[in-house]
Amino acid sequence: MSAVKLENIVKKFGDFTAVHPMSLDLPEGSFVTFLGPSGCGKTTTLRMIAGLLDPTDGGIYVGDRQINDVPIHKRNLGIVFQNYALFPHKTVADNVAFGLKHRNVPKEERERRVREALELVQLPHLANSYPKQLSGGQQQRIALARAIVVEPDVLLLDEPLSALDANLREDMRVELKRIQEQIGITTIFVTHDQSEALAMSDILVVMSNGRVEQVGDPKDIYTNPQSRFVADFLGTSNILEATVAEENGVAGVKTDAVGFVPLSSAQMDKLVGAANSYLVMRAEKIELLAADAPADDRLTFTGKVEAVDYQGQLVRYFVEVNGEKFQVLNMLGTDGAMKEGQTVSVRFKSEDCVAVGEDA
Amino acid sequence: MSIETREARQPWILLSPALTSILLLLIVPLMFIVVYSFWLRTATGADQVGFYLDNWAEVLTDEFYRDILLQTLWIALVTTGVCALMGYPAAYFIARSKGNKAIMLLLLMLPFWISYIIRTMSWINILGVSGAFNSVLISIGIIDEPLQLLYNQVTVILGLVHFLLPFMILNIYVSLEDIDINLEDAACSLGASRWQTFLEVTLPLSLPGLAAGGLLCFVLGAGTYITPVILGGPRDAMFANLVFEAIITQLDWPLGSVLSLVLIAVLGSIVLVYNRFLGMRQLMKGLA
Ligand SMILES: Nc1ncnc2c1ncn2[C@@H]1O[C@H](COP(=O)(O)OP(=O)(O)OP(=O)(O)O)[C@@H](O)[C@H]1O
Ligand SMILES: [Mg+2]
Repeated sequence: MSAVKLENIVKKFGDFTAVHPMSLDLPEGSFVTFLGPSGCGKTTTLRMIAGLLDPTDGGIYVGDRQINDVPIHKRNLGIVFQNYALFPHKTVADNVAFGLKHRNVPKEERERRVREALELVQLPHLANSYPKQLSGGQQQRIALARAIVVEPDVLLLDEPLSALDANLREDMRVELKRIQEQIGITTIFVTHDQSEALAMSDILVVMSNGRVEQVGDPKDIYTNPQSRFVADFLGTSNILEATVAEENGVAGVKTDAVGFVPLSSAQMDKLVGAANSYLVMRAEKIELLAADAPADDRLTFTGKVEAVDYQGQLVRYFVEVNGEKFQVLNMLGTDGAMKEGQTVSVRFKSEDCVAVGEDA
Repeated sequence: MSIETREARQPWILLSPALTSILLLLIVPLMFIVVYSFWLRTATGADQVGFYLDNWAEVLTDEFYRDILLQTLWIALVTTGVCALMGYPAAYFIARSKGNKAIMLLLLMLPFWISYIIRTMSWINILGVSGAFNSVLISIGIIDEPLQLLYNQVTVILGLVHFLLPFMILNIYVSLEDIDINLEDAACSLGASRWQTFLEVTLPLSLPGLAAGGLLCFVLGAGTYITPVILGGPRDAMFANLVFEAIITQLDWPLGSVLSLVLIAVLGSIVLVYNRFLGMRQLMKGLA
């Protein structure tokens, strides 16, 4: 059974369409992430599921119940807001108890469940504090406890980690995933941070301009993007204009900078009927070697390092190959990084390349 | 001079004109009034300098003054209550409206461009014997003789509400505007209905604004003397009218001074109680 189903939902604000007809089928217990650039409609979609916005058209189902006309306070969803939205005039315990009180849970059970929820987020000692007295990370956990204590059908989180600083964000990410797995709740998580999305989700939904670009396993989406947008948005990619070609009976694409690159039939199928074709090479799949390094079975080109950008163990290079600029991400080798201006051997495997097509 | 010492002095330099005028126009006259209050007016009408407690004794013991003080506080209290009941929905509407709030707030301030006295007197044209209300009733034949609607406690309160409502609305508006809209959404998502959300989240969080508006309405209402003069009857005098009567009509400055000080003391202690429990910060927000 699917936990959440969206059937062609549309949201218009006046003349502006924030969400184009969108359908999704999210299985029970999964951790789903909506990922996309700012303004692509992630929040709008989430708020429609939450009941904070009415869809202009289409159906929203939780379980097998259509909830379009169910008012928000009867939807039984847990929402965690970006700014936490804890009630400032209530203690932590009263904040967490709020939803239970409105479900008429008797006092004793209420207290027990509040205690359990606070233990789950590892902050039982803060029960009598006020939100103002807590750090950002603590407020975040309390907001989570408040949302899950009522045992909602679905947990909705809108960029819950974006207000935290980098270290805390990573801790919370692990923590959130642990809690989600422990209680097995279907979770929809909105973010525009791709590392967050890739690390946490069972199902990744990449959105742009109010449309779903690609849905699926995060690793599949990363390694095999279906559109130019996804290729460009996730990770660091080199995207070259290409034309479909054939050499010695092998299908592939032809580009200006790296000539002919053979591709699998699965990749070639993606170009059928496309108006524009592109070859996508992930920056970390290209390796730079000294110009005189022995040849191997990889495609090999000569390039010139134009800029070097140290990022700890990783180094990002900007390399020119046949007039085209490539970004390359390599681990820092034992003999140090390549130098600016150095001539290098640029190598990659054709299997690591993917094709994406684009309709006119 | 280092930047630090300059910064330390700067507030005082900038504040000095204001402090000087407060000192000259408020503190010094107040001192005079304190001194006056211990003088005595003789039968000849001259002030007798000295330290007499006669006026204080009279004001503090005579039931006449006590009753008018209570009536004043009552009128101010009812006015404040009516303003709160009428002002809250209006403030809520403005704060939550998606329309042009600036225009709505401007409309709210519009009455301030007309003199308070003229605004008060406009009620005579509406409720007076030959006012709009009576004319309409007579012309459609509901009554034959005009009704005497003016010059009672209700019209005094009406006039005060008319005058003070914008202050109340502004104060409530400011505190509603401060409330994170996500809090209401969060409450709803947790199972509270709209009304429960209002009672448990919105209302408690807007109480500071309500209290600040209430204090302002109460103090301004209790200190008014124009409204009862224009819209009240002979029995609807408020405490400030007694001060006016004593000083301007009877030229009895010592008695007038005592009465003023009593009013200042009563209203001052109300402000102090407010300050003790809610602090002045909210009041400043509402005025800004
Ligand atoms: N109430 C509204 N009225 C008009 N337009 C709106 C409204 N809410 C959102 N939009 C528009 O809809 C589009 C999608 O907004 P949305 O908030 O869903 O984006 P988002 O993907 O959550 O972006 P972000 O990452 O910045 O939060 C944006 O172009 C936004 O300007
Ligand atoms: Mg958003």
